Amino acid sequence: MTVTTDGDVILEIENVVKHFPVRGGVFRRKDYVHAVDGVNLSVRRGTTFGIVGETGCGKSTLARCIARLYDLTSGRIEFDGKDISTLSTGKMRPVRREIQMIFQDPYGSLNPRRRVGSIIGDPFAIHGIASGADRKKRVQELMERVGLNPEHFNRFPAEFSGGQRQRIGVARALAFQPKLIICDEPVSALDVSIQAQVINLLADLQSEFGLTYIFIAHDLSVVRHVSDQIAVMYLGKITEVTRAEKLFTTARHPYTGALLSAVPVPDPDQSDRREQIILVGDVPSPIAPPSGCRFHPRCPKAVQQCVTDEPALESRLGDGPDHLAACHRPMAVGENLHDFRPAIDSSERIIEVPGSLLPDDAGAAPADPVRAQAEGSDA
Amino acid sequence: MALLEVENLEVSFRTADGVVRAVRDISYHVEAGKTLGIVGESGSGKSVSTQTIMGLTRGAQVSGRAIFAGQDLLAASSAQLQEIRGAKIGMIFQDPLSSLHPYYRVGWQIVEMIRLHDKAMNKEQAWARAAELLGLVGIPQPERRVRDFPHQFSGGMRQRAMIAMAMALNPALLIADEPTTALDVTVQAQVLRVIRRMQELFGTAVILITHDLGVIADVADEVLVMYGGKVMERADRRTLFYQCHHPYTEGLLQSLPAYDSSRERLRPIPGQPPSLLTPPPGCPFAPRCPYVMDRCRTEMPALDPAGETPGHLSACWLPHQSAEREQARRQVMEAEPAGSTGAGA
Amino acid sequence: MSAVPELIVEGPGTGPADVPAAKKIEGRNPWRLAYERLRTDKAAKISFGVIVLIIVLAFVAPLFTKITHHGPNEVFSNIGQNANGGPVPPSGLFWLGTDASGRDLFIRILYGIRISLLVGVLSTGVSVALGVVFGLAAGFLGGVVDAVIARMIDVLLSLPFLVVALTLAYRYGGSLWLVVFVLGFFSFTALARIVRGQVISLRQKEYVEAARAMGARSWRIMFIDLLPNVMAQVIVYASLLIPLAIVGESSLSFLGVGIPPPTADWGDMISDASGYYQFGYWWYLFFPSLALLGTTLAFNIFGDSVRDALDPRGSTYV
Repeated sequence: MTVTTDGDVILEIENVVKHFPVRGGVFRRKDYVHAVDGVNLSVRRGTTFGIVGETGCGKSTLARCIARLYDLTSGRIEFDGKDISTLSTGKMRPVRREIQMIFQDPYGSLNPRRRVGSIIGDPFAIHGIASGADRKKRVQELMERVGLNPEHFNRFPAEFSGGQRQRIGVARALAFQPKLIICDEPVSALDVSIQAQVINLLADLQSEFGLTYIFIAHDLSVVRHVSDQIAVMYLGKITEVTRAEKLFTTARHPYTGALLSAVPVPDPDQSDRREQIILVGDVPSPIAPPSGCRFHPRCPKAVQQCVTDEPALESRLGDGPDHLAACHRPMAVGENLHDFRPAIDSSERIIEVPGSLLPDDAGAAPADPVRAQAEGSDA
Repeated sequence: MALLEVENLEVSFRTADGVVRAVRDISYHVEAGKTLGIVGESGSGKSVSTQTIMGLTRGAQVSGRAIFAGQDLLAASSAQLQEIRGAKIGMIFQDPLSSLHPYYRVGWQIVEMIRLHDKAMNKEQAWARAAELLGLVGIPQPERRVRDFPHQFSGGMRQRAMIAMAMALNPALLIADEPTTALDVTVQAQVLRVIRRMQELFGTAVILITHDLGVIADVADEVLVMYGGKVMERADRRTLFYQCHHPYTEGLLQSLPAYDSSRERLRPIPGQPPSLLTPPPGCPFAPRCPYVMDRCRTEMPALDPAGETPGHLSACWLPHQSAEREQARRQVMEAEPAGSTGAGA
Repeated sequence: MSAVPELIVEGPGTGPADVPAAKKIEGRNPWRLAYERLRTDKAAKISFGVIVLIIVLAFVAPLFTKITHHGPNEVFSNIGQNANGGPVPPSGLFWLGTDASGRDLFIRILYGIRISLLVGVLSTGVSVALGVVFGLAAGFLGGVVDAVIARMIDVLLSLPFLVVALTLAYRYGGSLWLVVFVLGFFSFTALARIVRGQVISLRQKEYVEAARAMGARSWRIMFIDLLPNVMAQVIVYASLLIPLAIVGESSLSFLGVGIPPPTADWGDMISDASGYYQFGYWWYLFFPSLALLGTTLAFNIFGDSVRDALDPRGSTYV
């Protein structure tokens, strides 16, 4: 099932899986990083689809799978009615004019030894669209469109600031007049006052050119601002997907709840009023993801079913088809996660480490015997 | 009586391109047991000022005073600073992987620091204390984990281990330089919680440097806003967010998507952060300020009381009375109803 | 909202890091920065001056022939040789004396510059071309291509240079092109390895990903995106290869498998001169050796300065 809004579907992703092999140790056991482990989503033309998640959730890998920078381990991607899942490099080339990508790092995404005009002109050169004076003119038009001085055509990236470099990246992506632009954390590395500039620019370009965005970020407030729909990813799977506002008002998945409560808000009163769920521990390694629901070791509402059965991504608690969550025990409106204790033995939630500054919450007695367990190591 | 009193601090670096004036004549103080948040963007000088106070900047030209518990840190010898660092002032940095030595066990690094300053403790006692500290910051099975290497800890755990190390000797002041910037948001919440609880437990004063206003709203008591090497505004938490005076603070708040949950265009601050090589004579924010007047470009405003709350200071030529300031704000909002894509000056 | 976004104000901002980024030199072209560093390097200026002088001398050698009326291969059996048939010492007539055949040593040394420089530059060019192509291919394409090239390099490294040179010279006769190709072919492996290593670390960069996302073909990514980032290291290595090639050429000629006589060639001269030295004909050995030493030294010193300019802290990027 997929979330639907107006407009026709431009991108359909079915059960996409991407595993990376890890060279085994002495015993040469074949381990895999389960970067993306069965993702379904569909994106409507002209909208912005936001994807949020923390380290190791697979959002960046998913982005690169969509852009076919990786081959899929399995699954299907349909773009504008065409199945691009297994296209060869040659057949994929014309499709690349329509799917473009903007990267996170303004310092790494531009070749430091090439001039900016040449970088932005790459699309024209690669696809033989324009050359010579015509190419230069179009590049300079693009530079102007994104707010750069077209006279700086011959400068090197090092001569620009972070925000300006990101604009160069946008100009380069725009050169193709693509239909879909995948933005992989486009503003995370920028100063706060510059972030808003770039966000506005992306919004303008969207309305001017009818672009569709996939917007990946870890900053929930940014994603909320730009997205029409948002999907939350955890350890290679989508845990919840719905319209942007609904995610914030009626989150169903406890992970979403924990995320939302952890995001710092620039409003002292609101911040004071909130009770933060402190998720204990770090995200487990995607090499050996937990069984059943991957979030169960850290979930306050975990029960035995969560350990054995993987929940399907579907509507819960009477939500419509536009709000899906993968949870056996979704949150009802008004529920407070602090009121819950996990009812399983393998929970990692530490109720009490003697003398610790991180008690699970202020003094409530545990309902079940729990024991402190080793936390998952490294990311 | 303030725990740390910084007076007229100036820090410059000589580079191949000229003199970079990273910090220009700033003064502030930190009260015992309170948290001072220093917020600023890149190039604001926020990290340089505290690093310089701790004697961690090499090759810099420094002037001014930084009085900590009666002693001027900027005039102290390196032996004296060595004594103070760790024992009286603890520091944690942004990237715990590069501040923890990768080749030594985590416990060993804590033990080393403890024994450097507390000659009375023997090895067993020091290791026990290290394990106790790790437990304090919520690392489970601390007796076992204390013998682990940094790479066996996750990012959040490393940062908490750093906090444990910084707090090992019960310093009066903890300087946290962007401690959560590189962390996931749920891990960030944990680390901030630990810092807050530490403060409650031990009465430590904290200087928290960040660019994230959300973090400031969460943990700071007082806030210092820096820009272009100077202090723009100082206020307590609520005053800063609800009754700020300085146009830069205002611009920062307005440009946040979280600030305004409507999905209208954001109001960015147009232009670029300033160059520190040849700072213009007036206010560093003048090129980007919507309220700019001629005076702003030539004369640097002093950090003077603003608004009605005591302790609220602002370096701005705009009228300091709330009513007039509000009027000026309304005028500017009417003139420029929505944000641009924010280029230009 | 402005219909046309206003232009960004001039002036670079600082990067995301705090002051450490402000310390970095802002807003400059990476090649310009290297050039500036080179410009202020005294050793570089002196060695560069010497190199220019050497090149000029190579060009104006015929001028000296005109002045002294001595050609490089002209044998002066009466005035150029003494009673025993050996070379005559430096005098007003023969500025540096003569060689064993009675030819003007000075003129021959001047003409010898041409051979040395020609072989030095050409063979380095061959090395660079081969090294870059193989290094890029091995590093970027990886897999089978990398394995094949690696094995090929291994085989090459196990071939004895001199034996091959001797064999080829015997089979095809010594000539300029033989020397150029033999030297070039045996010197490219180190460069290929350097390039390969660089490419392997660069191919994970986001701008390479971006190029692939745009549909760029492999060759384009290799030559347009990766090569400029590898160029700095290539230039450094090439500048050190040139003196090696010069000495290599001289060595081959010394052994008799280089440029065939009567072409003026330092290695050849030194080889011949070593038999005459014990009889007291020191100038015949001394001056060509000095020329070789001086040329090699100048290139080496300049190469060092080039490396310092392009790679100031041993880091790859300027």
